[in-house]
Amino acid sequence: MIRFDRVAKRYPNGREALAALSFEIPAGEMVFLTGRSGAGKSTVLRLISLLERPTRGQVLVNGQDTGRLPPRLIPAFRRQIGMVFQDHKLLTERSIYDNVALPLIVAHTSLREVDKRVRAALDQVGLLDRLRALPLELSVGEQQRVGIARAVVSKPPLLVADEPTGNLDPQLSCEVMNLFRRFRDVGVTVVVATHDMQLVREAGLREIVLADGKLQDIHVADVPTLEVRR
Amino acid sequence: MSGYFARHLQALLFAAGRLARAPVATALTVLVIAIALTLPSSFALLISSVRSVSSDFANAVDVTVYFKRDTAIEKVQQLASSARGRSGVGSVKVIPADKALEQFRKDSGFGAALEALTDNPLPHAMDVRPTAGATSPADLESLKRYLSAWPEVELVQVDSEWVLRLNAILDLMRRIVLGSAGLLGVGVVAVIGNTIRLEIYSRRAEIEITKLVGGSNAFVRRPFLYTGVFYGGLGAALAAVLVWSGGHLLDAPVARLARSYGSDFALASPTWGQVGLLLAIGAGLGLIGAFLSASRHLARIEPRP
Repeated sequence: MIRFDRVAKRYPNGREALAALSFEIPAGEMVFLTGRSGAGKSTVLRLISLLERPTRGQVLVNGQDTGRLPPRLIPAFRRQIGMVFQDHKLLTERSIYDNVALPLIVAHTSLREVDKRVRAALDQVGLLDRLRALPLELSVGEQQRVGIARAVVSKPPLLVADEPTGNLDPQLSCEVMNLFRRFRDVGVTVVVATHDMQLVREAGLREIVLADGKLQDIHVADVPTLEVRR
Repeated sequence: MSGYFARHLQALLFAAGRLARAPVATALTVLVIAIALTLPSSFALLISSVRSVSSDFANAVDVTVYFKRDTAIEKVQQLASSARGRSGVGSVKVIPADKALEQFRKDSGFGAALEALTDNPLPHAMDVRPTAGATSPADLESLKRYLSAWPEVELVQVDSEWVLRLNAILDLMRRIVLGSAGLLGVGVVAVIGNTIRLEIYSRRAEIEITKLVGGSNAFVRRPFLYTGVFYGGLGAALAAVLVWSGGHLLDAPVARLARSYGSDFALASPTWGQVGLLLAIGAGLGLIGAFLSASRHLARIEPRP
């Protein structure tokens, strides 16, 4: 699903965020991306969601070479990726319903279908009764769940989360992880960048550890077959 | 297809909602646009009113011949009959000096003052009307030369010269109005473009998030285009109201003035077609302004997580 091949990323200010990073995440797997602040986790997520392009090397997402995708195809590319952010990135002036509907609206889905899917997504995160509320009327944990509902409402094959539990207490973090695992169970590839090591240990999933823009280690807890393919 | 219309309807309602939520700012922008559109529209309307009057003069091809004061009426009659014999001359009507004075006394309202005159200051005159086939400027010029050649003739006045002059002045004014309308149109585009630019930056976060979840530039741009069309259209509608009510206010005084000159001149009211044209121009300028501004500024807003 995702393949990084000797990827380097240098920002315009000269900072080298990644240096010859290679790894592969097969479809349907849930993976943690860990490392200290500044190790390159965010850069990896930005490269996956095509908010940045690699300086050198190749990033393949769902078979597409992101370095070569023309700008006009970027919106369609992003629609295959559900994104969850630490600060939720919700539209504060719009209702929960409108926020979750946004990825469907931009994809020109018919309104009847939008309604069906928005309700299904909010039901999955347990917020079906709050769909008329505004984001700031919800607790932080609820806002994060709205963000997750928005990320999965269009049923993307890939879900990418950047510090999704950064502002949550351990119990809420655990709930969010369980949600992610449920999506993994129905075939969605899930990539979670986090520095919450306890969470990673408890989850017992594959962990890609970055340090100084390079691959430091790949841990597997209980998963016996780890393949760094090719 | 229904999805396509639903998308546009959504963008349209959304744009209308944004405008309605900021009524004062919207009203001010609309007012500026309306004033910029009112000036050239009202001038254009005024010119077309005057032009419609001057077109009544289109058959004013008569040539008036004024004789020297000491010319005898018999000589005038004799010259009139030779003029009748010239090809291209339809009819000739002699106006003796005393008839002319009587007419003038009746029409001008200076009757009492004219009583004080001891002798008639007016010369004999005659009206020469060319035949229908001989009214081109060259024909009239040749007729004028023929009549001027008589030693008894003081002045030959071709009526159509005045019409030509008036038309030339109207043409010049029309060009001035067109030029200023063009400049004001550019002004409207700039005002709308700037308003849209401010709105784009005030909604930066929303635009970034929309692009983040896969909204295309066209999708993000659409509500702004409708906003521009609304601004331009509302401005044009207000301009139409201003032109119409301005014409209404001036209508009675203008009619009074025109009557005192014995004319039935009246200001034209804008027709529905002209109002439609004004609305289309306003909406078009709004669309252009919004498109230029949105294309330029939306491309610069890219999501930065």
